Amino acid sequence: MTVLTLAKALNEGLRAAMDADPKVLVMGEDVGKLGGVFRVTDGLQKDFGEDRVIDTPLAESGIIGTAIGLALRGYRPVCEIQFDGFVFPAADQIITQLAKMPLRSLGKLKLPVVVRIPCGGGIGAVEHHSESPEAYFTHTGGLRVVACSNPVDAYTMIQDAVRCDDPIVFFEPKRRYWDKADVELDAPGLPLDKAKVVRTGSDVTLLAYGPMVKTCLESAAAAEEDGRSVEVIDLRSLSPLDMEVIAASVNRTGRCVVVHEAPVFTGLGGELAARISEACFYRLESPVLRVGGFSTPYPPSRLEDHYLPDLDRVLDAVDRVLAY
Amino acid sequence: MTAPTTGLTAPPELVQLLTPEGERIEHPDYHIDLTAEEVRSLYRDLVLVRRIDLEAVALQRQGELGLWASLLGQEAAQVGSGRALTGVDMAFPTYREHGVAWCRGVDPINLLGLFRGVNHGGWDPYEHNFHLYSIVIGTQTLHAVGYAMGIQRDGAEAASIVYFGDGATSQGDVNESFIWASVFNAPVVFFCQNNQWAISEPLEKQSRIPLYKRASGFGFPGVRVDGNDVFACLAVTRKALADARAGQGPTMVEAFTYRMGAHTTSDDPTRYRVADELEAWKLKDPIERVKAYLFRRELADQEFFDKVEAEADLLGKELRRACLALPDPSPEALFEHVYAEPHALMAEEREQYLSYLAGFER
Repeated sequence: MTVLTLAKALNEGLRAAMDADPKVLVMGEDVGKLGGVFRVTDGLQKDFGEDRVIDTPLAESGIIGTAIGLALRGYRPVCEIQFDGFVFPAADQIITQLAKMPLRSLGKLKLPVVVRIPCGGGIGAVEHHSESPEAYFTHTGGLRVVACSNPVDAYTMIQDAVRCDDPIVFFEPKRRYWDKADVELDAPGLPLDKAKVVRTGSDVTLLAYGPMVKTCLESAAAAEEDGRSVEVIDLRSLSPLDMEVIAASVNRTGRCVVVHEAPVFTGLGGELAARISEACFYRLESPVLRVGGFSTPYPPSRLEDHYLPDLDRVLDAVDRVLAY
Repeated sequence: MTAPTTGLTAPPELVQLLTPEGERIEHPDYHIDLTAEEVRSLYRDLVLVRRIDLEAVALQRQGELGLWASLLGQEAAQVGSGRALTGVDMAFPTYREHGVAWCRGVDPINLLGLFRGVNHGGWDPYEHNFHLYSIVIGTQTLHAVGYAMGIQRDGAEAASIVYFGDGATSQGDVNESFIWASVFNAPVVFFCQNNQWAISEPLEKQSRIPLYKRASGFGFPGVRVDGNDVFACLAVTRKALADARAGQGPTMVEAFTYRMGAHTTSDDPTRYRVADELEAWKLKDPIERVKAYLFRRELADQEFFDKVEAEADLLGKELRRACLALPDPSPEALFEHVYAEPHALMAEEREQYLSYLAGFER
């Protein structure tokens, strides 16, 4: 058992992945000597060399485009996009190329590329450094999209993502990078496409992923003081969704709130609400509610506390689903 | 304001080894020795490739293909560069590289399959070392550079070559690929077919300097070759590939040519260019000059030319037959190969849709 921050758990996971397979590469801006702006790749270049930990020119489309080429040559690149708001120059390569190439080749080409993206707000950053662009990618067939929420999952999920033969967009909750947990380095993790019940309860199901899992756990603890039993599910995989675990929970509780930082409008919560209405129609006691960001560009950081879902907004939604 | 460029006059710096009249000339930097058999073989390639293209255009006109991007006029650029490749080199095409596909041994029926809509590219890129066609302009340049970086890491003696057009040189990806190739010294050849037109936009809408001169700003050599001269395209590409394989990094080759047909079968070039231009370029036809050379040097007789024509006719006929026989994919194919590993949503949607379809059979 080792106490690791989420950032260090990712670092150890990447190190293990690189040890296990010489074809695994890390590439991105400042990932080498600096170890990444969040230090997730700290020390990797020193140990694995400049050919395997590649400081790239400052161009995101180039990072993903050349990673595709490296993957075509048999490598398994793990790309770092420095911040969520900088992924858009690479969106073309991710959406029109990375996601589609296996299908276009009738399965003859495999593209085991991982695109790591620190995501979400809550760190008081300047604009373009606090966004939650997951829905752009969950809307794209051919990609898998996952989000880790804690050091234990981060350690195994990054290794599973590297081992997976499909392209994966891997979201990391940047405000949780410094959260610590005991990590069992030899313990196998839950499969990458499985959701996890992180707190059991019987009155309401909270669905969350990435940075909002912790917020929901805190909300559930506070609700308990009011005598409410709140179940929390960490989705882990955003595409595909683990509907078995989700439906089983909501069929039991009859009430559900989806929480994410991304704007509510056409966000992942909409898809979840629709799927739950199909899977749990006869058990639902209330509509599925969503708590998330507003349909505005991400605000200046002095306003982000209003924009980001917090304990009170989650509890308010819990109250509202229980009022039905 | 626009800078004066393009036009019909070949600029002086253009590498040429065979004139439009079929006269063999020497160039101080690019030398080539071809046997009679090799020249005849190049001629055969050029003729067969043009025939494939003509058949495909006809098939589109008859409603058998959704679209076709004709290579008419660019046969020499494609066959010359395509024949410069060795088995270990990897080619990254646009959607017009039917001639390169031919040189890489891709059965042309696979190209038709894409334009007929039965799949997005039915060939095995690894079997032929010929990647899938790229339709989003310039995206493939980065793939070629990444692939070349893989070659470097493997310690292999090989190169990648990437095809793109004059219009693509304005794309961010192409410029990023130049930067990547330069700073990593990647073994890649940038083969730009400057066919003078990006659909309706002439070259001066993309650049105010000759395209090959862009390379120097990125830190590697650029060379302009007569793109209608198969000898020169072969020689220049061979050298660029050899340099790349030898660790000397990238080269940009600008093949100065002309798109004699429409951009695609959906295009109408009479709306934006004058007929005189086409007529002038017809005098520089890439096939006629090789034919003239073969005649002039008495390297081939009429029997040879007749034989190639007959072979072309047969190829066209066979291609037509194969195209009409292409089966439509089954509905299951919608869900196949989207992911390499099991995927719950694919399984769910597949099952739901197939059982919906099965409902009609009861």
